[in-house]
Amino acid sequence: MAAECKNILEVRNLVVHYETDEAVCEAVNDVSFDIGEGEILGLVGETGAGKTTIGLSIMGLLPKPPAHIVSGSIKLNGEEFIDEADDPKSFFDIAGKLKIKKVKKNTEKMFRTIRGKKITMMFQDPMTALNPVHYVGDQIAEVIKIHEKVSAAEAQKRACDMLEIVGIPAERYKEYPHQFSGGMKQRIIIAIALACHPDLIIADEPTTALDVTIQAQVLKMMKELQEKYKTSMIFITHDFGVVAEICSKCAVVYAGEIVEYGTLEHIFNQAQHPYTLGLFGSIPNLEDETDRLKPIAGLMPNPMNLPPYCSFYERCDRKCDECKKKNPQLVEVEPGHFVRCVFAECKGGENSGITGN
Amino acid sequence: MIRYIFKRILYLIPVMFGVIVLVFLMKMVMPGDPVMELLPASATEEEREEMREELGLNDPIYEQFGKYVWGIVTRGDLGTSYKTKQPVMDELLQRFPKTLVIALVSMALNLIVAVPLGILAAVKQYSWVDNVVVLLSIVGASLPSFWLALMMIMLFAVKLGWLPAMYDGTVSGYIMPVIAVSIGCISATVRGIRTNMLETIRQDYVRTARAKGQKESIVIVKHAFRNTLVPVVASIGSGLGMLLGGSLIVETVFAVPGIGKYVTDAVSQRNFPAVQGGVIMLALIYAIINIVVDICYTIVDPRLKTAFITSKKRKRVKQGGEINV
Repeated sequence: MAAECKNILEVRNLVVHYETDEAVCEAVNDVSFDIGEGEILGLVGETGAGKTTIGLSIMGLLPKPPAHIVSGSIKLNGEEFIDEADDPKSFFDIAGKLKIKKVKKNTEKMFRTIRGKKITMMFQDPMTALNPVHYVGDQIAEVIKIHEKVSAAEAQKRACDMLEIVGIPAERYKEYPHQFSGGMKQRIIIAIALACHPDLIIADEPTTALDVTIQAQVLKMMKELQEKYKTSMIFITHDFGVVAEICSKCAVVYAGEIVEYGTLEHIFNQAQHPYTLGLFGSIPNLEDETDRLKPIAGLMPNPMNLPPYCSFYERCDRKCDECKKKNPQLVEVEPGHFVRCVFAECKGGENSGITGN
Repeated sequence: MIRYIFKRILYLIPVMFGVIVLVFLMKMVMPGDPVMELLPASATEEEREEMREELGLNDPIYEQFGKYVWGIVTRGDLGTSYKTKQPVMDELLQRFPKTLVIALVSMALNLIVAVPLGILAAVKQYSWVDNVVVLLSIVGASLPSFWLALMMIMLFAVKLGWLPAMYDGTVSGYIMPVIAVSIGCISATVRGIRTNMLETIRQDYVRTARAKGQKESIVIVKHAFRNTLVPVVASIGSGLGMLLGGSLIVETVFAVPGIGKYVTDAVSQRNFPAVQGGVIMLALIYAIINIVVDICYTIVDPRLKTAFITSKKRKRVKQGGEINV
């Protein structure tokens, strides 16, 4: 990739499994992407594709167990932060257990300094993401108090400023979340996310729970604030309209894999993967006179039982015998545009995934 | 807030009136004749009739009831004990502190033991700590308090001789009664806290707190536990009621001269005024505890506070809300 700007976050070959006694759920398979300074990456995909899991693994908030980062690397400003310690094999391996305890403690400590300060995450549902028994202002001040050595009064003052920035009068500091509407709660969450001026915000479907007018308002504000603070952002959504409005890059996620990745232009004008094409095909068009939409037939494969070949095979309308032979690699079809499809592999010639650089 | 508390105290009046009516009716259906217990078996029928007349048992029922209620309202008089000829009120007040000490100390013990255990079990769900806590709480909840009391007497008083078998007025005399009444209560509270904590730990706002980079211990206490307080306060309120009920049995076993023992003795002696007085007293305590619990609710849950208490602040909030939605 052309390194025109410094990469804030580099994710390489991330594999995350949810392991239970009955089965292994392959939630994220070999995901790689970069985010440069001030860039907004849209992660698009249907429900259960693994978008949120990607976000949570960057935050180190995966529920462990059952979640388990099998392999891969996540680098923030060039600094690696995945723990590599293996679980001790034997029950009596006390030294191993102590070691793992120490490693876990250290990673947890390191994650705590990153979370809220360098990377923040906005969760899906503003209705439940705020603590109902604390003042909203205190919930903003909390994150400032954790990461910056300021007095309680100073933190309160800054929380008031944050409230004003997201368009809520500072007098409402001492009010509880249930006294706010959904759109206002989402703005308070934005205020929490921005309070310590993070390098990266992971926004997990921040507008899905809001109605369309408020959605537009919130998106506009996020975009403005993002430009003001030069924050990078991962925007998890299943709405291409939202992606078109605010993102600069886009990755289409299917069954835990990135199937197509590139700039907005690549995805919207020169999409090559049949899944991306299918998604665009299912968007209603105002100009054409049609009775029915064209959905992609079938369902996403069960992540507990992924096929060894292309996971989109069963639903693909361009499938051929070649597709069933192996799982295709992510291929760079033009600079900065990656596609995971057999046809792209044939066209692209030499195999040059993101990792190839 | 003051208005709300005042309203709740006003509600006490109909509740207590209902209790008095029920308690008084209880006397009507209770079998046995107090005169039989009070006079020796050799007493003649005339002597018995004279006694009944003296105690007012021959008056029409409405007259007895009227006199009783009048006495309570004007003089705080719960009648005179048949047995001791002392005012019931005085006797109750004299015994009340002992029952209260047992109940409050048990409650404190309950909180000190149950809250950390419940939180620990929930945080380390399915670990050996959790399994042990759950197992112990099931055992504790299944043990009847009188059985536990007898076993403790056998072990600590008879075998080891560490503690007095009966209440003797010293601090050590309280130890076994307190443990006997609180075990069941502790077990119930531990289970309640564990279940509620397991639910709150999975809430989105707990994840938000973690995403802020907050320490895990603070996340658990400030964000998760604070939210489980509402059901916990409820269970503690009813737990205190259970403690008062349990004191009836435990006070009898350990011969603690409290209200519980007083009422139990009075029942076997057909000492109607004493029974009535004791029951009314216990009911009053229970009702007051419930008021305190309701007030605690509004403190721990701000959503209830705004629902119950309307004030100027609330109105201002509404105006602010309309502008900004």
